[in-house]
Amino acid sequence: MSIKTEALTKKFGKITAVNELNLEVKEGEIFGLLGPNGAGKTTLISMLCTILKPTSGRAWVNGFDIVKEQGKVRKSIGIVFQQASVDDLLTGRENLALHNLLFEVPKAVRSQRIDEVLSIVNLEKRADDFVNTYSGGMRRRLELARGIMHHPKILFLDEPTLGLDPQTRDHIWDYIKDLAQKECMTVLLTTHYMEEAEQLCDRVAIIDYGNIVALDSPEALKKKIVGDVVSLKQKTSDIERIRKLDYVIKVEEKEGVLLISIKDASKHLQDLLSNTGPIDFVEVRRGTLNDVFLHYTGRDIREAEAEGGFWERVMKR
Amino acid sequence: MSEIEGIYAVWLREAKIYIREKERLISSVISPLLWIFGFGAGLGSTVEKISGYPYQIFIYPGIMVMTVLFTSLFYGVYIIWDRKLDFLKEVLVAPISRASVFAGKMLGGATDAMVQVIYLIIIGFFISIPFTPLVILEAFLMLLLISIAMVSIGLVIGANLQSPEGFSLVINFVMWPMFFFSGALFPVNNLAPWLSAVTYINPLTYGVDAMRGIILGINHFPILLDAGVLVLFAAIMMGIGILSFRRM
Ligand SMILES: Nc1ncnc2c1ncn2[C@@H]1O[C@H](COP(=O)(O)OP(=O)(O)OP(=O)(O)O)[C@@H](O)[C@H]1O
Ligand SMILES: [Mg+2]
Repeated sequence: MSIKTEALTKKFGKITAVNELNLEVKEGEIFGLLGPNGAGKTTLISMLCTILKPTSGRAWVNGFDIVKEQGKVRKSIGIVFQQASVDDLLTGRENLALHNLLFEVPKAVRSQRIDEVLSIVNLEKRADDFVNTYSGGMRRRLELARGIMHHPKILFLDEPTLGLDPQTRDHIWDYIKDLAQKECMTVLLTTHYMEEAEQLCDRVAIIDYGNIVALDSPEALKKKIVGDVVSLKQKTSDIERIRKLDYVIKVEEKEGVLLISIKDASKHLQDLLSNTGPIDFVEVRRGTLNDVFLHYTGRDIREAEAEGGFWERVMKR
Repeated sequence: MSEIEGIYAVWLREAKIYIREKERLISSVISPLLWIFGFGAGLGSTVEKISGYPYQIFIYPGIMVMTVLFTSLFYGVYIIWDRKLDFLKEVLVAPISRASVFAGKMLGGATDAMVQVIYLIIIGFFISIPFTPLVILEAFLMLLLISIAMVSIGLVIGANLQSPEGFSLVINFVMWPMFFFSGALFPVNNLAPWLSAVTYINPLTYGVDAMRGIILGINHFPILLDAGVLVLFAAIMMGIGILSFRRM
């Protein structure tokens, strides 16, 4: 087991950011944490990487206790923070060189590693410029390069692709997958891009108010919770009758359109339509992780939505 | 080995930032000039010779100590900025001990201060301070010791506070009393009893005394006592500093 938590809890005064959370992540797995702003994702990661002390509960990273064996935990991990932490007054290459020293990369491979990660994130040409001349996305890429450079056993990525263009994002996904496979590296990532979680993660956990509300592979979650979504407009709507059909998972009405989640459109669509009467319009799509996410966490915007999480608000002051 | 590399990495980062932040570099050149020529020469014209030296020369060792004091103490504020801007996280999750992080930061601060010292020594030649190579070496080492103690105080305060404003407030309460009651601007003998009691418990008094002894040959305490007090004080502050870093 790469990461294991037992009733892990973190309280900030009255706020319980992480609430008796139990989680197990296997070796070599790419594991996604999804959740609305303020759900407790960053707090969880901060505890696992030893910069926050848990209020109660225990956790092990790479087999080491996060409170009693901090040094060994730190030797096992790499991390990309949600908030940029590269140094403005250093060049990209200097930032990486410092990281090499701090994270005990063997002398013989240092410059080779720097070149390797620079090319992955496409920053070779800007490597010797000061970071304060970089764009936001370039900083993010440098940060990623730094996180993976020492080939950690376990990599924590807190919204790694925030603000990256689609090209870079694609590139980074490939690289993370590749690295996880080749080095048998475990990856724990948080993201608000459902597409990213679907493409990248073997399993995802949806957290809300510090609790895990769902945990499975993206495929299984979609099958279980949303199946296929049929949207249709009809004149004589008899919602109750539709709801009673045994292959219907959920029915919602939104602006006069019925959104009907059914288990398998290829099998049940015909039957469904025979039960709805004449229709004006119909559209069928596969359920997405987005639907799953909204199903579990509701549609309410969390108080801090626009500005991001707590940290972002603090930083803005 | 890796701890030493870690210390080196933290120090290297500090040194590079110091060189690149122009405001920091410029202010460290200007402020000692102001003190020596503004204060020393200005007030010096109204004060007669002290212990056979013109006032400007008499206070030169004190000004060296003062420059080191100010720079070293204020260096602690950068740890607050680092934390605010999240630069520190990278270092805090690195697999090096907090003692090493502290050592790297401390050496970084001492480097700032010692760059100013070199600059002050050059000025010293122009105002005919009686320097010999040995005197310069001794003065340099003594100031390094003072700087290490004072940077440690600054880092302790910085590590325990959240805002730069709070830091300036606290540091002013530490810095000015320390400076005024150190004998940097006046000799420690012939003071009112309460004043001399205050100067005796101020560790900086021993630094000023040692510097005056090394450069001008005027000692109030034996030089070994001076050095001993400072070493002890520096060790205590470093200990508290490392503890504060562990809690960060
Ligand atoms: N240092 C802190 N002091 C007080 N409260 C905090 C602190 N850090 C986080 N919180 C609170 O803990 C909760 C979880 O925050 P956290 O940053 O873990 O959320 P998140 O899931 O990462 O959100 P986002 O998606 O916005 O990044 C929030 O309610 C937040 O206000
Ligand atoms: Mg977060």
